[in-house]
Amino acid sequence: MALLRRPLLLLLLIVTHQFLQFRIAFGSVNEEGQKQEEFYEELLLKPLPDRKLLTHFHFQSSAPPSTSNGRHHHLFPKAISQLVLKFQVKEMELSFTQGRWNYESWGGFDPIPSSNAKPPGVELWAVFDAPQHLIDALWKNLTHTLSGLFCASINFLESSTAYSAPEWSFPPASGKLRYGTLPREAVCTENLTPWLKLLPCRDKAGISMLLDRPSIYRGFYHSQRLHLTSTGSGSEGMDPGIILEQTLTVVLQPDSQRASLAHASEKHIQPSWSLSSIFGKQISGRCVLAETSSVYFLLDKGLVAELEHIHKENEKSEENVLISEKFWNNPSFELSAKPDRIFIEESSLLSKNASVLYKFEIEKYGESEPFDLGLFWKTPVVWLCQQAPLHANRFLMGSGNERGAIAISLKSTQSSEGFMGSNSNDERCELRVDVFQVVPWYVKVYFHSLQVFVDQQPKAVSDIIEKIHVSPSKDKVSPGVMELVLTLPCSVSSAVLTIEFDKGFLHIDEYPPDANQGFDIPSAIEKSPVMSYTEVLLVPLTTPDFSMPYNVITITCTVFALYFGSLLNALRRRVAEEERFLKDKAAKKMDRIPLLLSKLSAKLRGRHLEGPQAPPASSSFINSKSVLKVILIAGLAVYWQYYFS
Amino acid sequence: MAETKEKSLSDEKPKPRVRPIVRLGIFLISHSFHVSVVCCTAGVLALFLLPVLAKNTYISENALMPGSASPMLSNQHVSDGNRLVKDLTNPNSKSSETGIESHKIIAQYMLDLGAEVSFHKFHPQMNQFHPLHFFSSPDSGKIQENYSCSSYGINTVGIIRAPRGDGKEAIVLVTPYNALKSGFGEALSLGIAYSVFSLLTQVTWLAKDIIWLVADSQYGEYAAVAAWLREYQTPKFSSLSAPNAEMCPDVNNLFELKGHSISGSKFSNSFRRAGTMAAALVLKVRDQNEQFEDTISIYAEASNGQMPNLDLINVVNYLAVHRQGLRVNVEKLWSLLNSSWLKSLGEIFESLAKVAKSLYPKWKFGIPATEYVEGTATLASSLYYQALGVPTGPHGAFRDYQVDAITLEISPKFSLDKVWRNDILLRGGRLIEGVIRSVNNLLEKFHQSFFLYLLTSPSKFVSVGVYMIAFALLIAPLPMVAASLYVDANSSSKRSKGDSSTPSAITDTDEHSIAIRSWSPTTSFMIWVLLSILSLLTLNSVLASPLACAKATQEKEWALVKSVTISSVFIGLGLMSVINFATAEIGALLMVPMCLLAQPLKLDVRAGTLRSFCRMICNLVLGHIAFPPAAFFLLKGMLDGFGNANVGDFWMWVESLWAWNSATYLFIGMVQLPCWVLCISILFHTC
Repeated sequence: MALLRRPLLLLLLIVTHQFLQFRIAFGSVNEEGQKQEEFYEELLLKPLPDRKLLTHFHFQSSAPPSTSNGRHHHLFPKAISQLVLKFQVKEMELSFTQGRWNYESWGGFDPIPSSNAKPPGVELWAVFDAPQHLIDALWKNLTHTLSGLFCASINFLESSTAYSAPEWSFPPASGKLRYGTLPREAVCTENLTPWLKLLPCRDKAGISMLLDRPSIYRGFYHSQRLHLTSTGSGSEGMDPGIILEQTLTVVLQPDSQRASLAHASEKHIQPSWSLSSIFGKQISGRCVLAETSSVYFLLDKGLVAELEHIHKENEKSEENVLISEKFWNNPSFELSAKPDRIFIEESSLLSKNASVLYKFEIEKYGESEPFDLGLFWKTPVVWLCQQAPLHANRFLMGSGNERGAIAISLKSTQSSEGFMGSNSNDERCELRVDVFQVVPWYVKVYFHSLQVFVDQQPKAVSDIIEKIHVSPSKDKVSPGVMELVLTLPCSVSSAVLTIEFDKGFLHIDEYPPDANQGFDIPSAIEKSPVMSYTEVLLVPLTTPDFSMPYNVITITCTVFALYFGSLLNALRRRVAEEERFLKDKAAKKMDRIPLLLSKLSAKLRGRHLEGPQAPPASSSFINSKSVLKVILIAGLAVYWQYYFS
Repeated sequence: MAETKEKSLSDEKPKPRVRPIVRLGIFLISHSFHVSVVCCTAGVLALFLLPVLAKNTYISENALMPGSASPMLSNQHVSDGNRLVKDLTNPNSKSSETGIESHKIIAQYMLDLGAEVSFHKFHPQMNQFHPLHFFSSPDSGKIQENYSCSSYGINTVGIIRAPRGDGKEAIVLVTPYNALKSGFGEALSLGIAYSVFSLLTQVTWLAKDIIWLVADSQYGEYAAVAAWLREYQTPKFSSLSAPNAEMCPDVNNLFELKGHSISGSKFSNSFRRAGTMAAALVLKVRDQNEQFEDTISIYAEASNGQMPNLDLINVVNYLAVHRQGLRVNVEKLWSLLNSSWLKSLGEIFESLAKVAKSLYPKWKFGIPATEYVEGTATLASSLYYQALGVPTGPHGAFRDYQVDAITLEISPKFSLDKVWRNDILLRGGRLIEGVIRSVNNLLEKFHQSFFLYLLTSPSKFVSVGVYMIAFALLIAPLPMVAASLYVDANSSSKRSKGDSSTPSAITDTDEHSIAIRSWSPTTSFMIWVLLSILSLLTLNSVLASPLACAKATQEKEWALVKSVTISSVFIGLGLMSVINFATAEIGALLMVPMCLLAQPLKLDVRAGTLRSFCRMICNLVLGHIAFPPAAFFLLKGMLDGFGNANVGDFWMWVESLWAWNSATYLFIGMVQLPCWVLCISILFHTC
């Protein structure tokens, strides 16, 4: 259908647009032939070692460069193109993630984890194609637009305390990149629905039909990503070409009967699954607007090696079973559908094993015959995913509300010899590690306290760190940013960076509603050279007792009143003068009405000063008499109440 | 007093207007005797009224929602737990001398559940006394050079990552376990923890990571937990003291587990962490038990009288009583339960309350006498353990890092039946599950409920606002009496104050003799007493007597000394009440009457009236009671019977205070003993 439409469209465009300039540009498009709005949909399935399944949806829409006036799109989402135009976005990535990517068992070296493993919550970075002084304003507007577009509180990244401008950790952008994260943002269907709206078929047809909300949110990891790049428009009046990549990475656990756990032999068989069992749906046909629509099934290196090993042990037949005729029905596992193509990775330098990719075209399937790929394991298989050379961990040290320290520990995964080869010189094998860390301003990091330990030996910072870029935080203005480039020897087994901080105080109205939960330090990024994110940290800060403002106000007011009252009194009063004044008064008025005055003054002064004047015995007698009277009356009342009620 | 009155009479005529607050102050000072009698009586009375004034606990944090979800722990998990108990109690597993086998079994069980497992080796650390480190976190500890391979412990740590959580927070479950001589109770506690752990690997509601720490308790439960926490919170990255445990053969043996485990990546010999700890539960099962009911005891006191948030205790209490039908206990002084005077006091309060209620039906403050006695016994022990400043279990280590923690000790009714064992596994497991689920529900850290409280029963508490009244009443007369004494003494003769060099002397000797360690407690105690007396007498003869000789005519010297004593007691108690309230409260009970009553015996003998005779007797009795060793001896004798009490016990007690870094030690050395010495010097004053 797309093929049919294309000539029609071209004709229409030629007729309507008379500009020479445009015709030239258009001509160039026409020559290449492919510069149409295009849409691809793909799904990749990959079994993971810990009985889980990685499903990775990949949708790509692209729009070629074209004129800006009155431009309508056929496939490409208009919201995105408007956004790119308005905010002059050169490149942007937005991800919503729930859960943690388990680098140890799910691997960290393949392209999927290295570009799709994201920190929990929302992460956004964007490169702008605009003059330096406009970038902050553009970023702020962009966050608000995205916030509205994706029903998320991305607008909180607007505040200058929430974003930073890294220099080396992301694509080089010479100060035109802005980066911000919201670690606490919850991700749910309300974020997925607008994301799906950007697809031409939404979730009504094609691979996206599988996106059954309950099953994808039941997963162990859920990351929804949107990445767009605009290929700069060379000339005025042209809209840039945009490539929009939307990926959804979900790690799911196929249901397995717990009863089988009891049997030791079946204990380690990987669970069998099919698309309908994990998603509750099948693919009934492709999205007709898509150029290609395909499903891939990936067996990674370690698994392939293990399967071949098993096969060799069983029957000593031909070398490569996985790509032979009966690949879908081999002794280890069975695929329910026949793949259309098989790709084998070109073997890398050292390892002779290569990952195997099976491709299934969706075009063949339709309503009557829906596509439902299933995998049935026959024998237990144990393998390991390929690890990144270093595994990064981050944790807090110390306790209390005063100070603490952040430690980033890098551990060699040992399974990286093959990788090391590519990076080593003959004389000195070195491993370059980039570390990027943003800390909020209320965590006051002392950059001078940076310490490095390599293989449990303290090292001078200058020996290990090749480059460092630090921008200290400003209170209530900007976060602290630290970018490091470390060079570690390849034989390193562990390295630790520690940096100390003081916990700051916030103003009462700067506390979030759930201040007692603690405050997040966003994930650090470690690149060696594949990118990985560390954990989010939770720093408990001192919080006022929000429920007791009344008590606080009362007690402070009382204390202040007492203090200032007595202070003023002490400063103001002149005792001698007062005495003289009193004497004068007494002398004047003694003769006239002495009785009345003395009575009055006695009343004013209170009774107990009168006490000493009278003989003590009598006063106590009077007092005890009145007390006795009171007791008598009370006793009578009690007696009355007790016996007559 | 009479003099002040005279004075006020004499300058009555040209009287300036005195401000009411000053007048009130003068009035109180001039009537300080009555005031102090009234206040002290009221203070003691208020203390005894506390069980009556106790309020019912309530769950303050709404997010906890205890018991709102039905427990998911099924018989399947219980049988899993039973399997572990069987494997651990199996004689084969104990063949190894170091008990490494059982650690391997536990680790293998954890790995089979899909948890991340690591071992943590530690060396038991000597306690060090830091005089002023009350609430600051412990430092990472001194590296000791003489580690040997024979003395190390192994904690086994299993971590479940919350499937959809962000890993910022964690809940810790601790089961102390001594692999060398483990009783059935310890194995059972591991079984309970394992059944909960196996449930938690499957649930989807988990928002915080779960850490299960099997603490190797061969060097003490506290030491193991504290070592793990130290490594968790303040790790040492540089290992300069190289003779590490890695060299020891046994430990290498331990890591062979990695070889035959299936999910190899889950096991690592490096230290594993999860996020900030939200709460910790220490679970123990007592071995032998004579009770007829399944009970669960809660221990909450951490170092220096710090308590976990009351909500944590509330949740445990609520779930245990209303969901699992367990009886909940908090520590009591059992000997108080049978005391007849307390019972009669309770009856008096009860009848008073009855009368009050008949007068005005809305006055409902009475509680039955038996309840009163129980409440008092619980309150007394609560007060005592807080005052002691020594944690009552491994949970104390967590409190040092501001983590709320309690120890739960399940004491099942004794039976070896398998049904019974399953029942206790199920109920204990469901209780732990419920508590973990509640804590898991928390969005914020514990902050809603009280941190300063005394328990009078598992479901009743006295908050700080109430129990402060008793203390405030007790110490309120002190400044007035001091002022009035000073005024009296000053008005008669302008003199400088007496010997105040004694307090420093006594603390000096105190610490000096602490360093001598090789003797038995009794001998060292005796040596301490002798040394103190000797040094005191010497100092007195050197410093105090020349002064006394020079001003031989000084009549009111004792009054000045008393004034100084009282004000120093007041300052000391005031400071202590900030650090450890319970210590200050008990100290006030002992010292305030003594300080207020102290008067030279000679004067009383000279007066010869009945009143002065009574005062003399009181002085002598109080002078004995307020001496810390005597008070300790008396208390111990009252509680355990005088037959068991030994003089050396006090030495041991003080040493334990020292070893646990308790502020009470400082209080005794720097406030109570000096003031006692001053009071005694007043009693034997030659005037």
